[in-house]
Amino acid sequence: MKITREQVEHVAKLARLELTEDEKALFTGQLDGILAYVDKLNELNTDGIVPTSHAVPMENAFREDVVAASIGIEKALANAPDRSESFFRVPKVIE
Amino acid sequence: MELHELTIHELHEKLKNREISSVEATKAFLARIDAVEDQVKSFITVTAAEALKNAEAADKRIAAGDMDVLTGIPLALKDIFLTEGILTTCASRILSGFVPPYDATATARLKARGMVLLGKLNQDEFAMGSSTETSWFGKTRNPWNLDCIPGGSSGGSAAAIAAQQAVATLGTDTGGSIRQPASHCGCVGLKPTYGRVSRYGVIAFASSLDQVGPLTRDVTDSAIMLGAVAGYDPKDSTSVDTPVPDYLQALTGDLKGLRIGLPREYFIEGLDPDVKKAMDEAIATYRALGAEFVEMSLPHTDYAIAVYYLIATAEASSNLARYDGVRFGHRNQDARGLLDMYMVSRDEGFGAEVKRRIMLGTYALSSGYYDAYYLKAQKARTLIMQDFITAFESVDVILTPVAPTPAFRLGEKADDPLQMYLSDIFTIPVNLAGTCGISVPAGLSSDGLPVGLQLIGKHFGEETILRAAHAFEQATEWHKKKANI
Repeated sequence: MKITREQVEHVAKLARLELTEDEKALFTGQLDGILAYVDKLNELNTDGIVPTSHAVPMENAFREDVVAASIGIEKALANAPDRSESFFRVPKVIE
Repeated sequence: MELHELTIHELHEKLKNREISSVEATKAFLARIDAVEDQVKSFITVTAAEALKNAEAADKRIAAGDMDVLTGIPLALKDIFLTEGILTTCASRILSGFVPPYDATATARLKARGMVLLGKLNQDEFAMGSSTETSWFGKTRNPWNLDCIPGGSSGGSAAAIAAQQAVATLGTDTGGSIRQPASHCGCVGLKPTYGRVSRYGVIAFASSLDQVGPLTRDVTDSAIMLGAVAGYDPKDSTSVDTPVPDYLQALTGDLKGLRIGLPREYFIEGLDPDVKKAMDEAIATYRALGAEFVEMSLPHTDYAIAVYYLIATAEASSNLARYDGVRFGHRNQDARGLLDMYMVSRDEGFGAEVKRRIMLGTYALSSGYYDAYYLKAQKARTLIMQDFITAFESVDVILTPVAPTPAFRLGEKADDPLQMYLSDIFTIPVNLAGTCGISVPAGLSSDGLPVGLQLIGKHFGEETILRAAHAFEQATEWHKKKANI
């Protein structure tokens, strides 16, 4: 086994996903299969190879720090599931 | 010929010569959508009223002599592109009511040229899939055979063209999501070089791989659409500040001396006989056009899927952290506290494939596994990219199949994620290397399903692959074949 049900539960918590019991069982099996497949990367010797995070050579993309208009409060809040005045409203954080 | 069968350049001629108006063309497409949408289900949202308004504005522009090649042309966009004031869902329940406050740069550029927006197209949820079966809004079907998948993730973008519901569309390609559905639906699909087209306002899946590109009826239209959306955008720091060439100028028809590479890793034993036949015929066509063939190797091909499903899921797990039910998107209203709200809203909002990928990506990035999985995959990605850079020292273009088989049947791979992932073997390496690739119609299977040919170019080699694709198209009739719907 590459991954256990306990690990799946731990990862789900990290990912903020409330999985059902069925999903936990399903994903444990499927992730196990996928992780067994990706193990083939261990056949490759990657000593001294520089990792790639960006496929096109680029310098840092800087711009001038200038004041510009933003979309404004009403547009920013237009899709809010819940709001109060000019704020996003969420359930109580501290009991 | 019916209006809804025309290409951009054909329709443009008719608009320019005042044979028809944009309103007439738009009505023809809206009628066509009405007639076939029940069977195909290419769209999540049809914006009929908006389209007619766009068409009226375009007709005014044309009358005033202020006309671009896209002015008045009815187009549609994958539902991953933000459209101000128009529902944009990325085919996910978590965005099922999301109305963007601004346009994607690609949307804005097409609007500025006077496009008519017919609507927003179905896709796999968050572009995660190869079949358009994971959409919260239902499955799109292949117009060539309604029992088959249209490919994915830009399945609606390809099906809408095959079913003649739009002249051209935009899709996105993270691991083949433009090229594979184009191949399965018999249209032309172009994935430009990473950085060629701005992703500002394009809902992110895997940010080091995602790229915007067109799906069209022919290669000329592909060149037109790429020219319209390509170019530097200060709002996307990964967009590259190099001039956009006139891609139409590249379509010279001259292939004398073009060196085409055939990578042996892509022409393996057991390749589907219909796909093999199409490739053999394409090679013969290119020989007759004066191209030279070079046998070559991309030695790390076999590792591409493993690399992709670690890097793409890791980036996705980070990108999709923004869907937390706080600022936009679905929120569970009964949650007992903030943490509970995050967990339940995300569980309800995401479908199984998206959750599976978030889980895999979170695992690959988590403490104790980062080096073994994510970092290892990034190093292997370097080897895959080097394969291409080395190859392009001795060839101009690489010719391969797009997919190992023609379109498979609905449900065939839905329960086996690994089998679904393996169907992207010929397209994924191009995204990992960041180069460009185009899918062109190159045959029909014994069951009458389209088979596509992939031409891969070097970084910013769009002109060369468009030229090679165009010459092939002019020498063959495959792009004129139409789905019987």
